Parts: sequence; C-alpha cells; structure tokens
Amino acid sequence: MVKVIMGGEAEVRIHDSFVEKIRIRKRYRIKELDDFLRRRRTISEARIISNARKHGVATPVILDVDDCRIVMERIDGEPVREIMNRDVSREIGKGVAKLHSAGIVHGDLTPMNMILKNGRIYFIDFGLSYYDERVEAKGVDIHVFYEALKADFDNWGELWEAFLEGYSEYGKFSHVLERFREIEMRGRYVDKSENRS
Amino acid sequence: MISLGIESTAWNFSVGVVSEDEVIALEGDAYIPREGGIHPREAAQHHSEVAGKVLARIFEKVNPGEIDAVSFSQGPGMGPCLRIGATVARTLALKLDKPLIGVNHCLAHVEIGRWLTGAEDPVTLYVSGGNSQVIARRGGRYRVFGETLDIGIGNAIDKFARYISLPHPGGPEVERLAERGERYIEMPYVVKGMDFSFSGIVTHAMKLCDEGYRIEDIAFSFQETAFAMLVEVTERAMAYLGKEECLLVGGVGANSRLQEMLGLMCTDRNAEFFAPPKRYMGDNGAMIAYTGLLMMKHGIRTELSESYVKPDFRIEEVEIPW
Ligand SMILES: Nc1ncnc2c1ncn2[C@@H]1O[C@H](COP(=O)(O)OP(=O)(O)O)[C@@H](O)[C@H]1O
Ligand SMILES: [Mg+2]
Repeated sequence: MVKVIMGGEAEVRIHDSFVEKIRIRKRYRIKELDDFLRRRRTISEARIISNARKHGVATPVILDVDDCRIVMERIDGEPVREIMNRDVSREIGKGVAKLHSAGIVHGDLTPMNMILKNGRIYFIDFGLSYYDERVEAKGVDIHVFYEALKADFDNWGELWEAFLEGYSEYGKFSHVLERFREIEMRGRYVDKSENRS
Repeated sequence: MISLGIESTAWNFSVGVVSEDEVIALEGDAYIPREGGIHPREAAQHHSEVAGKVLARIFEKVNPGEIDAVSFSQGPGMGPCLRIGATVARTLALKLDKPLIGVNHCLAHVEIGRWLTGAEDPVTLYVSGGNSQVIARRGGRYRVFGETLDIGIGNAIDKFARYISLPHPGGPEVERLAERGERYIEMPYVVKGMDFSFSGIVTHAMKLCDEGYRIEDIAFSFQETAFAMLVEVTERAMAYLGKEECLLVGGVGANSRLQEMLGLMCTDRNAEFFAPPKRYMGDNGAMIAYTGLLMMKHGIRTELSESYVKPDFRIEEVEIPW
C-alpha cells in the first residue's frame, strides 16, 4: 500500500522501499514562477541530499530525478517529532554541525524533517536548502529549529541546550551562536518600526 | 457588556464600540504623510489633534454611561503614537470610572477576524505596513510561525510606490498597475525556513524601473513574487499544524490578488479561507474594543500603573484564557 502525504509543497508517496517526492503545481502562483520554483527546488534538493551524505550526514539515497520528481530510499524509522528528547536533540545538533561544515544550510530544520533510524538521525526535505558560507545564513538556520522547538515542545529550553551541545562540534559555533542571538532580537517590531519612517 | 477601544499604533487614530453581538460604532481619522513614509512624531501630532473630534463623533452614537470598559492598543507600534491612544484611554477610564484594558494590537487583528468570519482555529496571515506574520494558536497562546526578516510587505509595496511617485497609500495603486501586467519578470524569491524577506524585491523592482521595464510588468511581478512567498509559508504552517482554516487580516489583506491566491491555496488543500470585511482588516478601534471585551469577560484588566505602552509587544507574550 502506498501512503500519500500532502506536505506543504510536495506530494510524498511512501512505497515499501522507496519514496517519491513530487512537486505538484500550485495554482495560486503564476505558471512561470511555479515551474521555475518547482524545477529549481527538485534539482537542488536531489543534489544537496547526495552531497550531505558525502559529508557524513545521514540522508536517503537518491534513486532517480526527473523534472519535478525525486525517487529516494525510504527511511523506515520513527518521526523525530514523536520521540524528541535531549539525546535526540543533541544528535540533531551534531548533524547540523556537519551540514554547516559542508556549507549546507538546510532551510527548514523542523522535527518534521528528521527521522530516527538505527540510532541515527536522518535529515530529509532539503527543498529549501542552499549553499552559503555566511554566518548569517547559519544563524537563521538554527533559529528556525529554535522556533520549531519553542512552538512544539514544552521542554524546549532543555532541548535547545542539548542541541547546542551537539552543534558545538561546528568550528564556527560561537560565531553562529552570537549571530543567532542578534537574529532573535531582530525581526522584532522595535527594529521594524524604523522601516516605517 | 459594551467595550470602547482606541487604536493608535501607527497611521490611524480610530475608536470603536462593540457589544458581544455587534459593532455599535466605529469612527477614525487617518494620518496621511506629506511625503515619504510615516513619521512617528508627525503621526502622533495628528492623532492628538483629531482625538477629541473622533471621540465626539462616537458619543453622538453611544451614551458614555453605557460603556463598561475602555480598551486601548498597548503595542506593538510607534511609541509616540501609542502614547496618545494610551493617554486618551486613561483619561476616559478615569472619567467614566470604568476598567482600563491594554490590548495587543496583533492579537486584536486575529480576534476580530475570527469573530466576524466565524473561523475557529485558523492559521492567520497578518499583513500590514510594519508587520508580516504567520500566526496560529498553540496551547494557551498564539505563536508566530513565520515572519519577515526585514520589512513588512506593506512598507515594501509603499517604498516601491514612492519610487515611482504614486500617491499615498501606494498599495491600491500598485494593485491597479499589477492588474495590467502582461509579462512576469523574475524577482528575488526569498523564503528561509518559515521566514521571508522583501527588501531584495524592492531593490530589484527599483533597478528594473531605472532600466526602463514596463511599470505594469514590474508591479505585477512584484506582487506575484511577494505574495507567493506569503502564501507558501502560510500553507506550510497549515500543513505542519494540521489546521484547515486560513484567515487573512491586516491592511494589505484588502488586496484582491492576495485574497485570490490564498483562496486557491485553501481550495486545493480542502481548507477554508476567511477574510473579514475591508473596514475591519486594517487598523481600527473595533478590533481593540472587541479584544478588550474578551479580556474583560475573562477577568483581565490593566492597572493604571501597568498601562505603559509597549512598542515591541509580541503576540506570544499574551496568555489566552478563551
Ligand atoms: N525518504 C523518506 N523516508 C521516509 N519518509 C519520508 C521520506 N521522505 C519524506 N518522508 C515523509 O514524508 C513527509 C513529507 O516529506 P518532505 O520531504 O518533508 O516534504 P515537504 O516538503 O512536503 O515537507 C516527511 O515529513 C516524512 O514523514
Ligand atoms: Mg517536510
């Protein structure tokens, strides 16, 4: 039996041993923009998934790519959102450290996009990922995870702490953390109100 | 129960009166900048000049003795503007000897939207000049799931409008231009996780103007790109949270193309789309009055000593007992 998940931007068909991720047409955006975004994201997602694995991050093996469709290995594990704890969060931190060391910004670091299997955290959904060496991009990246924890778990404080323990393996850890704190202050009304004048 | 609400966070000084069932009165006076964007002090000056007149119009329709509570926008917003509203509210509360209630402006947008449309537990897209946020209820609070990393969508459109010398407010003018767009020109599409950014589009649009592209095509591409970013994040929040309602609020919500796009997105995912009447989308006193009324019903009131304005008041800070 094929399980179909309608995600935010793609239809994901879960087969026994493989998964198809098809970026479906979004009627709300004009065709030019829609085609452009779907193709760009499909190609880039497949490439980054492969590249991340080369750098020691657990990701599904890519089996085929065509137009707006990726076929990949199925990771038959437990959704991180359901089994989140300090140890899991620390492992996620280690994985993100590896991604960032490889210059990869995930772009959607939420527990929905991580699966635990055989004690390893698999990262999926690189649909919004990109290469960026800047500290800023990484600060935003972990900020997404921080916001997701806050929104999802009552014990987000200790989960965040554990994440940072794992993430501290990243060489530019302290720079990113510093930037993260800035980002936390920014994007808030105080700063934005200046833009109104 | 009858609540009076005062809104003065930015461009509008507005007073509304609501009961549990309906909006009884709504009067306001908008500040129009002579040039450029909103100048907080000029806007505050405007608000203090019109406050008396606006209240007088309200009291032609409502007997002051009927009012049970005086609510005001406590933030977020521009400090000088907020202080005018807060001062008027404190004075009125003392004079009528009724409780004072400080209301979060963003929360008020969401609550009046829910009230007037019947949406129960929506993902809300709140789009105005200074704010662009995707908000949803999580437990006892509202949370912001995505927001702009730089300027609000309204300000982004206004900046572009001023660059091509359109009269204030720029939004409706740009919308009209965009309707006559024929060709899509690629623009920076920036979504990072659940957050988005508009400053790149503004800069790019200005550059295209200088290069002599058709202004209608630029306006069209600007809207298509910026709105697609907003709809995408809204949809992702709905998918993530498993919510099947979407609510649009804030001044930019009046844009028909944005409404159409959200409507299509909802249709395609079997969700329901809600938008309150235009009058209650932008900043208005009725939304403050209504939210104040909800708060009062749940025993919340603001002591005079706690009624200082909060220019950077976040919706997450408010505990929601309803
Ligand atoms: N390789 C995979 N193995 C197992 N499950 C997967 C795999 N890829 C995706 N999924 C499941 O499908 C869901 C949606 O896929 P995802 O790539 O995150 O798409 P979207 O961009 O729509 O969020 C994931 O949250 C996960 O539950
Ligand atoms: Mg996903």
